[in-house]
Amino acid sequence: MTDDLTRLPAAELAALLTAREVSSVEATRASLNRIAAVDGDLHAFLHTAPEAALRTASEIDRRRADGYDVGPLGGVPIAIKDVLCTKDMPSTAASKILEGWIPPYDATVVARLRSANLVPLGKTNMDEFAMGSSTEHSAYGPTRNPWDRDRIPGGSGGGSAAAVAAFEAPFALGSDTGGSIRQPAAVTGTVGVKPTYGGVSRYGAIALASSLDQVGPVSRTVLDAALLHDVIGGHDPRDSTSLDELWPSFADAARAGRAAGDLTGVRVGVVRELGGDGFQAGVRQRFDEALAVLAAAGAEIVEVSAPHFEYAVAAYYLILPAEASSNLAKYDGVRFGLRVEPEGGGTVEQVMAATRGAGFGPEVKRRIILGTYALSAGYYDAYYGSAQKVRTLIQRDFDAAFASSDVLVSPSAPTTAFTFGEKMDDPLAMYLNDITTIPANLAGVPGMGLPIGLAPEDGLPVGIQIMAPAREDVRLYRIGATLEALLEEKWGGPLLDRLPELETAGSAHLAPPPGPGTEPDGGTR
Amino acid sequence: MAALMSFEEALEKFEPVLGFEVHVELSTATKMFSAAPNDFGGDPNTNIAPVDLGLPGSLPVVNEQAVRYSISLGLALGCSIAESSRFARKNYFYPDTAKNYQISQYDEPIAFDGEVEVELDDGTLVKIPIERAHMEEDAGKLTHVGGSTGRIQGAEYSLVDYNRAGVPLVEIVTRMIFGTEHRAPEIARAYVATIRDIVRSLGVSEARMERGNLRCDANVSLRRRGTTTLGTRTETKNVNSLRSVERAVRYEIQRQAAVLDAGGTITQETRHWHEDTGTTSPGRPKSDADDYRYFPEPDLLPVVPSRQLVAELRAALPESPAAFRRRLQTEYGFTESEFRDIINANLLVEMEQTVAAGAAPAQARKWWLGEILRIANARGVEPGTLISPLHLSELIALVETGMLTDRLGRQVLEGVVAGEGSPDDVVEARGLAVVSDDTALLAAIDEALATQPDVLAKIRDGKVQAAGAVIGAVMKAMKGQADAARVRELVLERANS
Repeated sequence: MTDDLTRLPAAELAALLTAREVSSVEATRASLNRIAAVDGDLHAFLHTAPEAALRTASEIDRRRADGYDVGPLGGVPIAIKDVLCTKDMPSTAASKILEGWIPPYDATVVARLRSANLVPLGKTNMDEFAMGSSTEHSAYGPTRNPWDRDRIPGGSGGGSAAAVAAFEAPFALGSDTGGSIRQPAAVTGTVGVKPTYGGVSRYGAIALASSLDQVGPVSRTVLDAALLHDVIGGHDPRDSTSLDELWPSFADAARAGRAAGDLTGVRVGVVRELGGDGFQAGVRQRFDEALAVLAAAGAEIVEVSAPHFEYAVAAYYLILPAEASSNLAKYDGVRFGLRVEPEGGGTVEQVMAATRGAGFGPEVKRRIILGTYALSAGYYDAYYGSAQKVRTLIQRDFDAAFASSDVLVSPSAPTTAFTFGEKMDDPLAMYLNDITTIPANLAGVPGMGLPIGLAPEDGLPVGIQIMAPAREDVRLYRIGATLEALLEEKWGGPLLDRLPELETAGSAHLAPPPGPGTEPDGGTR
Repeated sequence: MAALMSFEEALEKFEPVLGFEVHVELSTATKMFSAAPNDFGGDPNTNIAPVDLGLPGSLPVVNEQAVRYSISLGLALGCSIAESSRFARKNYFYPDTAKNYQISQYDEPIAFDGEVEVELDDGTLVKIPIERAHMEEDAGKLTHVGGSTGRIQGAEYSLVDYNRAGVPLVEIVTRMIFGTEHRAPEIARAYVATIRDIVRSLGVSEARMERGNLRCDANVSLRRRGTTTLGTRTETKNVNSLRSVERAVRYEIQRQAAVLDAGGTITQETRHWHEDTGTTSPGRPKSDADDYRYFPEPDLLPVVPSRQLVAELRAALPESPAAFRRRLQTEYGFTESEFRDIINANLLVEMEQTVAAGAAPAQARKWWLGEILRIANARGVEPGTLISPLHLSELIALVETGMLTDRLGRQVLEGVVAGEGSPDDVVEARGLAVVSDDTALLAAIDEALATQPDVLAKIRDGKVQAAGAVIGAVMKAMKGQADAARVRELVLERANS
């Protein structure tokens, strides 16, 4: 029984907890046992907190036994991406420069998890400072994809996606700057949502690019994502970009969508520019099949064009590095985190340079340099200024597309999971992997990724991305849940039922995951 | 020390061109972008929040009061208030700036295009054009330890106190100021004094230059007579008294003139002002191409003040300090020098309130500039903190009506300053009221006359000053609680009756 608890979606586990058929300690211990069994190989977690988790779980059980209302998700375990500040666990954004750093505060989303009586299990792996699409840029080594141990789990939130896909946690928190929730969801067969920009507080989320970052849920079902979104969303006075908006219940929308099984009257726009030749055949095939499912349920499928999407990746890779170069300036060894002093001491500038030289990985350095150039006098207009104009054009493309569609769809990623090392020497190829997800971040609109099958040629998960107008996240849950139900009916169960058995700690000698990418600048530590 | 040309010769050969950047620390309760107290006294690094340390994940939130103060200040400077104003990041690595960028404003300041009227000592009015007033955050305070200069060069290590980091600032930037000629140093001082008076009258800053609430960077360049080309400017930083502003501008004019006249060139740079020697020395080179990689602050939304708010703040603006001064000077009928004493003691507001509460201007002036200022100076506090204008007006009324003598009045002031309550309370508690009962006085006079029988005869012979001995004896007998003038009157009556 205990082992089976890990297979349950959060909503079902929560129902058992509420009915007091299962205790939070049992559920938490089940997750911890699963982590102990498989994570030595997968490396989805950078840090686990078993004792604190069991203590929290036991406290919740006690309060429930005493008759207190611990909320609909009370006692359910959860994993937290390491980009989020937790006052009781290190928060490193998978960087050496923050190794061991414990913030004096919780991110707002983490505080809300605690208020909702969720049980934090630990912190999940990611690309350093969320820069990457594979977790290969984690300073602590990559995460394996549970579907194929030689492949990447996506990035930057590969740890959260892999943890959820491998049943180490029912759900998790992620962050999405250019696809870091949706692309890992695609390649691990899980669900991930990037909310409307401003829908979820960024306070305590270690910033990558402030105008693009959004925290969101990672789960195995649309309903679980909605339940988590309901917990973490809503206005936060500590984040000035947070929307002061009364949001509907996303869980209600998901339940309604699942129950309806019908999409009559829903106009689904297929974005012409997010498909075609650059996309893997099996991805296109599963995507077309998903469209057929939507159409069969009554949706009207229309083709829409977003002519400026072709410039999205270029604009993104100017705006993101520009903001990141400034956001990451604070890591200088003066106040917190790593400090490296040159031999024989040095000036504060030399200490800053040595700290940053040793503490940042090659991809972080690459983007800081890119961003510093893009903002420099004489280049600003040509680079950052032009990129902002493209951003406006992309927002207009969305406006035009949403005039004829209720939601837009595309494959979540152009390919299934690639192998370790495949794109490490070709940053541009790595960047292009985000072509489908980046436009939503540039426009601030919400997007959901959910599984639509396995590609015939490699047996790896394929995802569909659904996008809605800003503040219309509810449409994602409504339509996503309907599609999910129709697909599961077709498949005879969730896609993750087909996840291969994972080798467990007891089973065989396991090679450690491949190390981080070679550092071209020969960074020393 | 650099060679100097005489000021007169410098002005014969060159035309000075000035410009000022004045930083005003706003006296809000909390910081510009965090809830930490805006109070940088106290132990280092105690008045700080995660934002002030630039901790990962922390986010700035704009202080609404600081925005209102900035708009009021912009309006008082005659500026237009932007319909939409944006913060920008100014990126540079320096350990007093925790994030390694300063949140400031760049191309969309809150206030722009203003003009300030400055009154010189002789009453001449000069208009100073204001380019912009923008909001930003202060930096932390570095203390360089070791080395002889207190500067970073040669120091063994440096300490950082972030209590000041994030204190709200408004930076007021003038346009280039032409035509100041030989009055350039005086205009410099008067301009900064005017800004100080404006921010004080608005109540948006303590504006204490010695505490760094108000800091002036003075830009000076020289243009050779007969040419139209502007000279290279220097920026003398943090000149922190009115007198120093005047001296620094004069010094830079004389120094630059000597350099240029000898065929040299002026380096575009910041310069440090040395109060002790009255000189400036080179700081760091500063070019127009300094690259701060400004870009709009993505953590904050644009500030869009409603027109209604701007109208409300405009309606609430106090009279400008210049207009206020002119009005009071006319109303009070003081001489120029009598009036200037009040201004120099920074007691105009107190004066106005004391008079408004019923005191005669001459009496109010006498008390504020006399006994109160003396106590204030002895204690090193502002005179206005010692007694309220209302209490002072009550005290003055007691003296005017003869209830108190001047001497008793000073004792009552002591009591009020010591926190014993209103003047009436102090009179009551200390039993200080003047003995105004003539019977008691006459009894004392007769007693005194009895011991000095020749006095009456002397008075009758016209030696009126002889009364002094009797008056003294009476005052002593009454323990000072008598009105000496009344005693004198009674003594003279006795002699002449």
